[in-house]
Amino acid sequence: MHFGYSDEQQQFRDIVARFLRERSPTSEVRKHMASADGYDRALWQQLASELGVTGVHVPEALGGQGFGYVELGIALEEMGQALLCAPYFASCVLATEVLRNVATEAEQRTLLPALVRGDRIATLAWVEQSGRWDVAATTLTAHGQGDACRLDGHKKFVLDGHHADLLLVVARTRGSVGDAGLGLYAVDAQAPGVERRPLATIDSTRRQAELKFSDTPARRLGGTESAATKLRQSLDRATIALCAEMVGGARALLNSAVEYAKLRMQFGRPIGSFQAIKHKCAEMLLEVELATSAARYAAAAIDAGDSEMPALASLAKAMASDAYMRAAIECLQIHGGIGFTWDEDTHLWFKRAKSSEVLLGDASHHRERYMALTEATA
Amino acid sequence: MISDDEATLRTEVREWLHAHWDINRSLVAWRNLLVDSGWGMPHWPRAWHGRDLPVSLLPVVEEEFEAAQAVGVARIGIRLLAAATLLEHGSDSHKSRFLRRILTGEDTWCQLFSEPGSGSDLAGASTRADRDGDNDGHGWRVNGQKLWTTSAHHAQWGLLLARTDWDAPKHTGMSYFIIDMMQPGVEVQPLKQMNGHASFNQVFFTDAQVPAENLVGKIGDGWKIAMTTLAHERRNADALRRWGHASPHAGPIYDEERAEIATVMEPYKWYPQRAGRVDLVMKRARESGRLADPAVRQEIARLMMMSRSAEWLALRARQAKVAGKPEGPEGSLGKLVASHVARAASHVHTLISGADAMLAGADSPHDGLIAEILLSVPATSIAGGTDEIQRNIIGERVLDLPREPRMDTGPFRDVPRNPTRGR
Repeated sequence: MHFGYSDEQQQFRDIVARFLRERSPTSEVRKHMASADGYDRALWQQLASELGVTGVHVPEALGGQGFGYVELGIALEEMGQALLCAPYFASCVLATEVLRNVATEAEQRTLLPALVRGDRIATLAWVEQSGRWDVAATTLTAHGQGDACRLDGHKKFVLDGHHADLLLVVARTRGSVGDAGLGLYAVDAQAPGVERRPLATIDSTRRQAELKFSDTPARRLGGTESAATKLRQSLDRATIALCAEMVGGARALLNSAVEYAKLRMQFGRPIGSFQAIKHKCAEMLLEVELATSAARYAAAAIDAGDSEMPALASLAKAMASDAYMRAAIECLQIHGGIGFTWDEDTHLWFKRAKSSEVLLGDASHHRERYMALTEATA
Repeated sequence: MISDDEATLRTEVREWLHAHWDINRSLVAWRNLLVDSGWGMPHWPRAWHGRDLPVSLLPVVEEEFEAAQAVGVARIGIRLLAAATLLEHGSDSHKSRFLRRILTGEDTWCQLFSEPGSGSDLAGASTRADRDGDNDGHGWRVNGQKLWTTSAHHAQWGLLLARTDWDAPKHTGMSYFIIDMMQPGVEVQPLKQMNGHASFNQVFFTDAQVPAENLVGKIGDGWKIAMTTLAHERRNADALRRWGHASPHAGPIYDEERAEIATVMEPYKWYPQRAGRVDLVMKRARESGRLADPAVRQEIARLMMMSRSAEWLALRARQAKVAGKPEGPEGSLGKLVASHVARAASHVHTLISGADAMLAGADSPHDGLIAEILLSVPATSIAGGTDEIQRNIIGERVLDLPREPRMDTGPFRDVPRNPTRGR
């Protein structure tokens, strides 16, 4: 599997990085995270029209750039590093992923281009009150067929669910259990019977909502067979994409810690000259590089059609969850008292690290899943 | 694409081997032929037993040797560090006296750098070389102690780093010598390790003699030259992996080569265990039934994920190198991550073994292998640069963090150091 980036890929990274440096410095992030919707529509439009990242891995026929998951990973690493405050993960990763995997080509032609253009924002609602990440835990029910379905039930932890235009909802047919009867449903956020309540989240740069559906009109996407396998594959890919964002964030924390350690003077010398701090930084670098290697390997594996995919997603997520949190804890520690203040930026990444640690399954969850997936063959 | 150079070279080696390779020769006689022809070390200079061949073409020669089942020159052990150092810094006289017998395998060498008082701080060596008064100031007398000396018990020659100027700062007060290990002033004792093996020696010098012509480079160049030797040590680790396996063929010359390899490899036989033997984990976990324990599963997964990520990190470094990119941080992290992997593996082997983890030897799982893992892993975070030194290197060279203030920049005489232990 190849790891190195081509010159073109490196240029793409530089372009995304420059855009985010200019348009989304921390001062902007702070502004958007305090706003009602938690993002800035104008910035979102620029991401779509100027940068085109809203369709990095969407085929050109559907308005995207037609690149792979390696390029998506590059964009996400930079977004994580800049702590971009935008519904990118909800709309361009989760929603785009399930549409690409579950929806028919005709449905994709109808729904995807608007997401790629940035005109509409979509999200995926699959987790419920139980907090279980696997689609088999779905209890929200659907009845009816095709365009004339109705949904009843609750969804929770829906990223950007309070403002998304298009809700992609995982539901099961009445009476079905386990993987059977699972389907993906498109719901217009303005449809009757949709109640949305923003959740108070630790990480205000990535907001979540609770959704309630009462006899809500919906359209079943894809065929009538259970979508369980395709949904799981989508979530595995989204997990790997999240890992890219997380290792980008972890790198930002590492860089911040190292820079501070060079500048901060105590006892007559920079604190970075003390081994207690220097060694912490070295270990942070090691963890960030290991997690980055895993995330990049997993992204390249999607593009290569590697059959080890589900296990690689779990591996990358466990590594990223631990590395990001460790980087957050150590970066804050190295900053000392100032790191605990609101005005210093470390807590913004700390909060993203905390919510990302858990989102799509924490490290323990993925370590167990990795064992379950590999023990038969290892 | 096969270049003309390559095709010509291949024919040339093949014909030479066809004319000369004979399994009935003695190992030394055959290797003398290799040395005379330059086919033993074809990338070495013509003046010194080589053929000035570009390193990129070496595989062609190696493939032909393999096809002919021909034995090569002596390529493993400290002797090759000595050869590389002498090629770079030795005088013509050194080269003509020592290189041939290194390649024929007649001489074994050892490296005398580390001391009881200077481990991580190698430049703090306090073994002394003084002008020999009995010999009109020609030649040197050596006193002191070295440690961790692989092969010292059967080496003819040693590469010695000794202090010749106590008023100079530590790095500039040392010189580099070739010392005869077979003389009365040199005493070698095995050093038994916590895992029961004795892979290394301690070497005591009591008025040991070094003739003036055995100084390598100039007086005061010791540290610089030692750095050359250490730079080759890493490559030597690769050589061990490549050349450390005896050929399986029958015949007296192969028997001789097998004996040589067995001697050189003896100190390293527990090395796979010190890396933690991640390869054994899943099989043992399944066989022992511990794979059903959720707590054990967590630790196994943690280990496997770290171990695989470490492989990908190394792969990134190699691919960046091949692509001609400047070396990133990936390259500096390998040693430290290997320590973490080894410790995690040792922990997992303990969990899997349960009460059996208390046992050793034939009573321990896998006929003592698991006990050997548990008692060998501590070497990984110490040998070849401790984890703490690695973190300093990563912190200072990769992350560009400021160095600690030094206490040892003045004359070495005034630098606080460990008391010399009496014998």
